[in-house]
Order: sequence, then structure tokens, then C-alpha cells
Amino acid sequence: MPIDKRVAAAAAAMDGVRDGAVVLISGFGGAGFPNVLIRALCERGLRDLTLVVNSATHRYSVTHELIEAGQVRKVVCSAARGHAKGLSAFEERWKKGEIELECLPQGSFAEKIRAGGAGIPAFYTPVGFGTELAAGKETRRFGDRDYVLETAITGDLALIRADRADRYGNLAFRYAQANFGPAMATAARLSVAEVRIIEDAPLAQPDIQLAGAFIDRVVAVGDMP
Amino acid sequence: MSGINRNQMAWRAAQDIEDGMIVNLGMGLPVLAGDYVPDGRDVFIHAENGVIGCGPLATPEAADTDLVDAGSRRITLRPGASIVDSTASFAMIRGGHIDVTVLGAFQVAANGDLANWDMRLPEKGPLVGGAMDLAACARAVWVIMEHTTRKGEPRLLQACTLPLTAVRCVTRIFTDLAVIDVIDAGFLVREIAPGITQEELQAKSGAPLHFAADCRTIAAPELAESV
Repeated sequence: MPIDKRVAAAAAAMDGVRDGAVVLISGFGGAGFPNVLIRALCERGLRDLTLVVNSATHRYSVTHELIEAGQVRKVVCSAARGHAKGLSAFEERWKKGEIELECLPQGSFAEKIRAGGAGIPAFYTPVGFGTELAAGKETRRFGDRDYVLETAITGDLALIRADRADRYGNLAFRYAQANFGPAMATAARLSVAEVRIIEDAPLAQPDIQLAGAFIDRVVAVGDMP
Repeated sequence: MSGINRNQMAWRAAQDIEDGMIVNLGMGLPVLAGDYVPDGRDVFIHAENGVIGCGPLATPEAADTDLVDAGSRRITLRPGASIVDSTASFAMIRGGHIDVTVLGAFQVAANGDLANWDMRLPEKGPLVGGAMDLAACARAVWVIMEHTTRKGEPRLLQACTLPLTAVRCVTRIFTDLAVIDVIDAGFLVREIAPGITQEELQAKSGAPLHFAADCRTIAAPELAESV
């Protein structure tokens, strides 16, 4: 049967996602937030989700909708601070002890996901050594430097946004849209991409920035909402 | 006692950015330093989200939501710019491919320890971003900061009191009062702001200062303060 990863609607792209899922969500600074998919996930009304997302909330992202709906048990991120003066949806619940937080240096966050997608269980990095973010983590000296052991991150679901896709799940990104998306797509059991448009013809090879082999479902959603 | 203003601090740091460097600039004064890199020096500005070759901010008409820097600012690209994903962007940082990062800071210790990510704001969540990656792994780590806090407390200390970003990483500090290198022996003052004495500078610092034999006066042009 010819491969066809196209899904007609975002809701159907969430089929099979269950309570307690670890969800990797791409996006940085307004580029690459899969907001249509985040809303579709929210619609499922799941519980006890773990979000692996660079910013717990961001003014251009809608992760706060999952958090406000009480669906999130834990957030793994490098930025847990809201943009506005008051408390963000995340900060409010985190302060009350309703949501667990794991704060990571952004490069360790990215590399833990890359490792997860590449079958590497853990790695050493000098980043964070001697800081409170490395508290309790195993350390080891190589040569004249101290390193922190970081373990890999894998997930049940990855939500990413790209510009164009084809039926094979090949993806092309615009500008800084890729950010965490390619690594997250490798690290989840079910990887879903929302794209502006799904081309009828296969993407031209030089345009493909992420191989469709890493993507399970694609949904065309038009421009960023 | 007044030193140089904030734009002059950024200008002074920019003079040390060399032709051909790949630099990563933190938010605030470091980004401003990017505007003062002397003409003729071909410099690539790297942003954590994967842009290598950030250009000036985009005009409102040209702004594109997919073309942003690490501060979520809508930018343009310089000629020769490229964009990579986050893992490659942090491989650039963590693999030692960034020549210098210029960061803001709350405190720097005499051994080069840096505290710049957590002021212990009681109501806000932590935000580390790429600060620890840059501080631990850039080939050189420079800091631009006011010499003292608003209350007049020193930021140059024997040991940091705020949470560390990385240990023994800072190599040069640009303040409103001085340009200081961090060497094995501690703080070495290379330049001092006009009208400031060595005794005054020491009194505003929380650790012993050494003064270079050829310690000079900071030569900065008149610049209006914009930040």
C-alpha cells in the first residue's frame, strides 16, 4: 500500500494519545509553535500529561490552555517564567505544588532529546556543573574538567510545526521554524507535524530538512492562527 | 562619582570584538554592543534558536514571525547567514565554536564564577535558557554590567552569593567604571573610567583589584544613553 501520512483533521492526528503521555512540543520565540495540534490535544481532555517544551508558556504559544485545563502534571523546560508581570498559568500552579517542574539548560534540554532519538541513554556535559541545576546529578572528571551526567528524554507524542510536507511526511521549515522540531520528531513514539500546506507532489530532495521516516502523521492547517 | 553611560559600556565591549568572530550576545546591553562593532569587521552574530548571522531588526512591514532571534525579536539575516535546528545550534555553543559570548550579569567572582540567571525573584519561575551553555562552553565569556547594584553593593566579589551560571568562566568584564580581566590572581584592571581613581574603584569592588602596569583611561566617544 502506498505510504500516506496525511491526516484530514488535527483531532484525528491525536488518535491513540492517552492519559499520562509525555508530550514533546516544539517552538521558539514565535517560530514553529504547533498551536493547532496543541489545541487538538487539549480537546481530548487528557490528564497527567508531561510537557517537554522549551518555554512552559510563551506569549505566542497556547501551552497555557493545556495547563489551565488542569491536564498537565509536569513540565520539563529551560524557561518557566511568564512574560507578563503577574504569574503565568504555569507559575500559579507550580507555586501551589500542582505541577512539577524540571528546569534544564537549553542545550542540555535539546541534547537530551537528541540523545533520546538516537538511542543514547545518557551523556556527559560540562554545562551546569557547580550550579543548582546539577544538584543530585552524577558528575565525573575527564581530563582537567568536571562534567554532569544527563539522561536522555523520549516521549509518547511529539508535536511540531513546519511549512510544507508531502504524503511521505517529509518536512520543509521556514527560517527559524525548525528549532527543537527535528530532534523531538526522532524522540517520540508518535510524531505529528502541522504544516501550512501539504504538497501533492513529493517535496524536492534539496528542500527536505526532516526525513519523513521520523514523522507519523501530517496535517495541513494553513497559516499560523 | 560617575563613569561611562550604558551605551558607552556597550561601545567599549564592541571594540574588542575582532574581525571574523562568531559571537553570541545576551539580551540588553550585549545586543546593543552588536550595533557598535567597528565598520570593516566581518562578524557573525549567533542566536540560540539557530540563526547564524543575525542582521538588524526587521521593519514592521518586513517582519516575519518565523524569523526571530533568541529574544523573540523579529530580525533580518546578514549576507551569508544560515539557520540550523536547536541541536546544531547548541553543538555550536557546547562544542566551542562560538568565539565569544557577551552576557549581562548580576555578579562575577574573582575566580571567574558567573551569576547571571536567577535573582531569586520570589514570585517568578526560573528561566535559564541558554545562559549556562554559553557560559560553560563559549571560547571566551565577557560580561557587561554596572559596577555596583542600584543600592551601591559591589557586583565584583570574592564569591558569588546568587546562584551560579557556570564556574570559572568569565574572562573579561566591562562596567561603567572599568575594563577588567579575570586572571589566575583575580581581577586585573586594564582600563578605568575618566575621573575615577584606583582607590574609588577598589572601594566599589568586593574583592581585591590588581592594576595593570599600563592601566589606561577608557576612551569612549560621547553617546546618548538609549537603554
